[in-house]
Amino acid sequence: MSWELSMRSRVGLCFVGSLLLIASVGAQQSAPGDGQAAVQGARPNAVLKPVSVEGGNWRHALASPKAPQIPWRSDPNFLTLPAGMLLGETMGIARNSRGQIYVFTRLGDASRLLQFDQNGNFMREIGRNSYAFTMAHGVYVDAQDYVWTIDEGTNTVIKWNPNTARPEMILGRRYESLEGLGPAIAPIPPPHPYAFNRPSDVVVDAQGNIFVADGYNNNRAIKYDKNGRFVASTIGTRGREPGQMHLPHSITADNAGNIYVGDRNNGRIQVFSNDLTLRTMYEHVGSPWAVCISPGPHQYLYSSNSNPDQNLAAVNAVTGEIFKMELDGTVVGKFGKAGKQLGEFSTVHDIDCRNDNEILVGEIVAWRAQKLRLGATGATGAKGATGAKDATRTSNTK
Amino acid sequence: MRRSLHLVLLAAAVLGIGSSLAAQLRIAEIPYDSAPDVLQGLPDDVYIGEAAGVATNSQGHLFVYTRTGSPQLTLGTERHFHRGNGAARLFEFDRAGKYLREIGQGLYGFVFAHTVRVDQQDNIWTVDEGSGTVVKFNPQGQVQMVLGRTPEYLPMPGFDRVSSGPPPKPTGPVGTGVAGDEFDRPTDVAWDKQGNIFVADGHVNSRIAKFDANGRFVKSWGSLGTAPGQFNVPHSLVTDAQGNVYVADRENRRIQVFDNDGVFKTQFINVGTPWTLCITPGPNQYLYSSNSNDPREFDRDGEIYKMELDGRIIGRFGRAGRLPKEFSTVHAIDCRVDNQLYVGELTSWRVQKLTLKTK
Repeated sequence: MSWELSMRSRVGLCFVGSLLLIASVGAQQSAPGDGQAAVQGARPNAVLKPVSVEGGNWRHALASPKAPQIPWRSDPNFLTLPAGMLLGETMGIARNSRGQIYVFTRLGDASRLLQFDQNGNFMREIGRNSYAFTMAHGVYVDAQDYVWTIDEGTNTVIKWNPNTARPEMILGRRYESLEGLGPAIAPIPPPHPYAFNRPSDVVVDAQGNIFVADGYNNNRAIKYDKNGRFVASTIGTRGREPGQMHLPHSITADNAGNIYVGDRNNGRIQVFSNDLTLRTMYEHVGSPWAVCISPGPHQYLYSSNSNPDQNLAAVNAVTGEIFKMELDGTVVGKFGKAGKQLGEFSTVHDIDCRNDNEILVGEIVAWRAQKLRLGATGATGAKGATGAKDATRTSNTK
Repeated sequence: MRRSLHLVLLAAAVLGIGSSLAAQLRIAEIPYDSAPDVLQGLPDDVYIGEAAGVATNSQGHLFVYTRTGSPQLTLGTERHFHRGNGAARLFEFDRAGKYLREIGQGLYGFVFAHTVRVDQQDNIWTVDEGSGTVVKFNPQGQVQMVLGRTPEYLPMPGFDRVSSGPPPKPTGPVGTGVAGDEFDRPTDVAWDKQGNIFVADGHVNSRIAKFDANGRFVKSWGSLGTAPGQFNVPHSLVTDAQGNVYVADRENRRIQVFDNDGVFKTQFINVGTPWTLCITPGPNQYLYSSNSNDPREFDRDGEIYKMELDGRIIGRFGRAGRLPKEFSTVHAIDCRVDNQLYVGELTSWRVQKLTLKTK
């Protein structure tokens, strides 16, 4: 595969200090001319200057600035926890086929996997005190309702049987505690087909093949068959060349088995065929912290250009929205913005889009999950009514 | 690459290893079945982690010594105290696999599980690699003897404000190892008919320590190296009815056999990398040895060998994998009933019960 590294769009990024951002986006040809026009997403990797300023791992200046707003509202407090229990950083959220909700959160001394019914009422906890959990990163539910946890502390991706609430398959291995505290300058061990280093996400395709985003240090996507045997991997080196990654943070698949990797610090979504051959990249939707593809015959791709968790005002002003796209990268619209109020986003870390018009998000900084109704201007949710004033946003483009 | 392989094969043949390699190619596959979901009735908040140790007693009760967490460090203190705090747990199940109880919850020396074994009197022995202790429990679960001592604190070079630092490690001439029960990441324990205790010690000291039945130090042998009598991670050991000691010299990829006083007798080099050993009771004893797959590698190794005590291979079974009947880094074998084994695995958190179908 040869890639034209043509300068179809030149983007100048200039940071003054670490806060003030002046983005001269010359890439207007990739933004819609009018509010509803399609945004052409698929394009070869433009030659971009790496952003090297401190904390400059955002590429939000590339996010489509004129995408139409999708109205949305938030149901506040849609999860009812056991008395006395509060969520921590909500790293993962996912629904099963019955609409039950799994939340994977950082709480107390470990990761906690909580299950709620369709109405958000607490049902049970899975995996408490297990060897699997120290630092939650994500949760995923496959087509058979198996629950998959990704724990970046134990370097494991675990398939939980929902009936027995016991692990059924373990990928990766927790470091032995005897290895102790290594020196900070110790080199990262070379990647190995069956070992992860701070993995971030997992997805299972229709055939049962397992795809792991691995992750903060190995910068690769890996394919295993349904029995956990290694099949293929992407390049696995950090960088900006096509196929290279800089923090693959989220992974999802469409009905055809294509794999979408949220290449977070490169500010692009890389799309691979099922054998992990690179097909295209979408570079116009900011830093994809979380990606999700809705089910059904007409699938949509959601990607969150989450505001980084440093709470920098100038950055928050231009990040935080979630994009809704066609699978080819065409932006349908966007919703949300950075903020601490309900209806705003405090670093969205995971999206559940099993119900296309009722999105669940888990946030890091706000220690909460939200249920978002898209297109719900003026609608009254059962629980949403109380927070409607603050939680409702209307389109400003119509 | 191919040339070098040929050279290795040639060298091996010259050294007389070729015959055993050839023999290995003809090893019979032993058919077997697996009951993968052996353990039942665990409380909702109790999970088996890495099943580092499994063993049965004379009643067929099953003991599982498992890695369930990481030790915790107390910050803001002058020294860095660490406690197991649930990082290693010992569970007992009845002969049907039903959960009975936990033994020694929060025990001082339960830090990083390595092995559990049950002696002829049904005493339960745990070997903890993290605390450096070998603990003997009576069948009721009370502590009867402790070999080794858990370090009071965790030395952290560059961070310790304690001027004295950790005690210097005893040293001696090559071959003597360290005296007494100052274990450093011990791995296994075994006994002979007289009740003498043998400890594989272990990942660091590369020696075998012998104690009498009362826990008095008798002798030790071995040091880091590749010569006969030397070790590179003695990872498991068993004794036969004559009191001979079989040591899985893991990183040297051999089983070494010693007499009761530690005199080298022979070695078996045809069973891959021996991670764990088990020897059956009774008049006709058999030796099982697992060529376990590396935890990061599932595309080779993983099989278990059944051998005569002289090293002749009867057959082999299994391969690396995560499915039932496959093996995910077998770390312990119980063979109290021959052809009916329990295996504990590291990279799948489970215990399988295997039934070998022999003629």
